[in-house]
Amino acid sequence: MNPPVRRRLLVALGGFGALAAAAIVLAPLAGSTSIDLRRALNPSLPFADNVDAQIFFVARLPRTLAGALVGAALAAAGVVFQGLLRNPLATPFTLGVSAGAALGAMLVITTGWTAAWSGLPAIPLASFAGSTGAVAIVYALARARHGGLSTHVLLLAGVTLNAFFSALILFVQYFADYADLYRMLRWLVGDLDVASYQPIAAAAPLLAVAFGVFAWLARPLNLLSLGPDAAGTRGIDVRTAQRAAFFSASVATGAAVSVAGPIGFVGIIIPHLVRLMVGADHRIVLPSSALFGAAFLVGCDVVARTLMPPVEVPVGVITAILGGPFFLWLLVRRG
Amino acid sequence: MGILTGLGARGSGLGSSGIGVWGRSGQALVVLAALLAVSIATAQERPARIISLIPAVTEMLFAIGAGGSVVAVSSFDTYPPQVRDLERVGALLDPDLERILALKPDLVAIYASQTDLARQLERAGIATYEYRHGGLKDVLTTIRGLGARVSRGQEAARAAAEIDAGLDRIRRRVDGRPRPKTLLVFGREALAIRGVYASGGAGFLNDMLIAAGGENVFADVRRESVQAASELILARRPEVILELRAEGLPGDRRRAEIDVWRRLSSVPAVRANRVYFIADPRTVVPGPRVVEGTELIARALHPEAFE
Repeated sequence: MNPPVRRRLLVALGGFGALAAAAIVLAPLAGSTSIDLRRALNPSLPFADNVDAQIFFVARLPRTLAGALVGAALAAAGVVFQGLLRNPLATPFTLGVSAGAALGAMLVITTGWTAAWSGLPAIPLASFAGSTGAVAIVYALARARHGGLSTHVLLLAGVTLNAFFSALILFVQYFADYADLYRMLRWLVGDLDVASYQPIAAAAPLLAVAFGVFAWLARPLNLLSLGPDAAGTRGIDVRTAQRAAFFSASVATGAAVSVAGPIGFVGIIIPHLVRLMVGADHRIVLPSSALFGAAFLVGCDVVARTLMPPVEVPVGVITAILGGPFFLWLLVRRG
Repeated sequence: MGILTGLGARGSGLGSSGIGVWGRSGQALVVLAALLAVSIATAQERPARIISLIPAVTEMLFAIGAGGSVVAVSSFDTYPPQVRDLERVGALLDPDLERILALKPDLVAIYASQTDLARQLERAGIATYEYRHGGLKDVLTTIRGLGARVSRGQEAARAAAEIDAGLDRIRRRVDGRPRPKTLLVFGREALAIRGVYASGGAGFLNDMLIAAGGENVFADVRRESVQAASELILARRPEVILELRAEGLPGDRRRAEIDVWRRLSSVPAVRANRVYFIADPRTVVPGPRVVEGTELIARALHPEAFE
């Protein structure tokens, strides 16, 4: 890495890192109720009696951490998919991962299937299984014709699979009763109120692996953005890079969706916003997007829980309300 | 509209045949025609083929003696047992217009929000009864209104009075006892405190809770349902958590679902082991069995009052 890039990277990491850290530290202080922080952090009080501590550690802290992880995962996966598909409109949900996850979750909700596996509830498990299935189908289709990954086939297969799964979801919803339908719609909007560390702990290893691959991917993505042929002549193994990008971003997306449902817009607006600020070099864009995505989603969640207490606005609504107009502005400005 | 037009046509038809037979005495004719018209009108207004798309209305029709005229019900109807053999014609979101028309009903009970269906039935000349979801008081109003609509006013008045008296009996029974702050949950994700839907301070679940001698932790939220985040549940400190479900759970699953609440160990209901499951359709259908449903809730809140 040459010195100017390293300097830019350090500046970006410092800035976005500080932002993410500030969001994570400050977010648990805000909420629909006011708590006494000294009481909440007083270890001499028994936890079972300490309402302030429970609000802090059971309600707010897990959802802040969930927001940070999910925001980082979706934003980084968005960067990787945009780079892999060489399409600025790609999102973590473009290739059918979220639709597969949604189908899994909807099936569990309608059938009332509740089998848990090592203490994990059925909905996140089924949603992760659904996203894995979608990834496998898209990969098999995109590989079938060329041996390598054709990004065009990936894109078309993903978009078609999205539509197909959406139709299956409607079909499943048709058989659901009112209460289930309500829960399905709620799941589809996304929600960070995990109220336990369990879903975060379950997703963390998957996200760690994905982020590890992302770290390696930054340079290959820079070259892939020139096109597969040009990238090949610059000495990278295009197939390996594409595969690594596809699977790592899919795993990150599947894990994030299993924690919080398909929260929209984070995966598309954060990468674009970050590129506007730091340029197009993936070595800087990838880590910056992860940090800024974390800060953004944690911030949106604070808005969601304090906007109209005691009722909460679904965080997916906030990201879309903030993200939608911004993205349109970006589109028009760029066009 | 359809019924009125049909009635007019038939009434005049009978009237004219009456002239042929009783033509000599004008006065007798007028009196008889009037009598005929009244009796035909009554017979006409007592529909012979009723379809109900609302489980609560189906139960009401059976409770006021109109069950024999019900020819089809919604896909969610389970009570009374007689409905099991009846034809199903969809529900709120998927009414099957074709099958409804094929059954030639003279009255269809629909949700007030089914405006498309209402228009289609009106075009087909079929009368509708529009049901609006409301509070516990509205159950009585609906029964009386429905009774008037199917010409069973007396039976309906009797049924409504019985419900009223039944609810009063429960209110008296729990009167004077401390009213526990209750979280009334009617939906959440399995094995997690996520996506918790609870009754707000409006609607018939809230009214049942109050009649059963409880106080709603969300009394200040003036709507039927509240999506209760974990922070909100912790902050409101309910003394009783009551989960209403349409279907029961096997014992170990039930145990596991109750144990999930231990994550919120500072909640008084959890500490006092006052988390209850009531798996009974009587607590969720705003029909004539609300008295029994309310009593189930009252027994959970005040077991000592029913010893």
